[in-house]
Amino acid sequence: MKNEMHLQFSALSQNEAFARVTVAAFVTQLNPTMDEITEIKTVVSEAVTNAIIHGYDSNPEGTVYISVTLSDDGVVELNIRDEGHGIDNVEEAKQPLFTTKPELERSGMGFTIMENFMDECKIESSTNHGTALYLKKHLAKQKALCN
Amino acid sequence: MSLVIECEVKDSVLLVRLKGELDHHTAEELRTRITGLLQKDVNHIVLNLADLSFMDSSGLGVILGRYKQIKSAGGEMVVCAISPAVHRLFEMSGMFKIIRLEQSEQKALTTLGVA
Repeated sequence: MKNEMHLQFSALSQNEAFARVTVAAFVTQLNPTMDEITEIKTVVSEAVTNAIIHGYDSNPEGTVYISVTLSDDGVVELNIRDEGHGIDNVEEAKQPLFTTKPELERSGMGFTIMENFMDECKIESSTNHGTALYLKKHLAKQKALCN
Repeated sequence: MSLVIECEVKDSVLLVRLKGELDHHTAEELRTRITGLLQKDVNHIVLNLADLSFMDSSGLGVILGRYKQIKSAGGEMVVCAISPAVHRLFEMSGMFKIIRLEQSEQKALTTLGVA
């Protein structure tokens, strides 16, 4: 059985904590470990922050969309999307320490962290149309049960 | 949950204790607080992260920014009491190559000549 949750909110920085806590609460149904919850919260925070800062240039009129799907076999799928500026060069954006906004003290580690904490990370982006991230994670306990 | 920032100047060291969550939303406040307290004769920073329950790459960015600020003034940055989750982020981004890690606040202060 699949269990879905959809969330949309204004591109405001105070919603970053709301988004990661809400997603974490939903994922809790699959009995993740504390480490897994921390990883998922961090990844949501990275993706939502990118949408707000880079997608919408911190314009609160923008909307961030999150969909989460949980599967019985312990798979968590996240779709995090904005309808903002889009990324001109996705491969460049994925490089560790790369940032287009060094003046805002961005570390350029967002995508590196997402790729490290998840099992799958796909980025689709189109200039002036927005960016959609697909992130997938297999929870360890569930993996063990399958073996 | 937001971020509680507790600052204390001890000789040449600015001791900063963080409690709560450090993300893009709370990073700006941290940047402003630290920058306001750094002076000519206060050029080292000790970051006590014992009660920091969450941090993402925005936290790395603001810490790195402060490191650059004090490095140009000949200062050093030391982090202590770091949680395994934050430790992982620091390690992933190579922060330990430039920022020293100590187990406790007392040890961090002692190594900077403040008892």
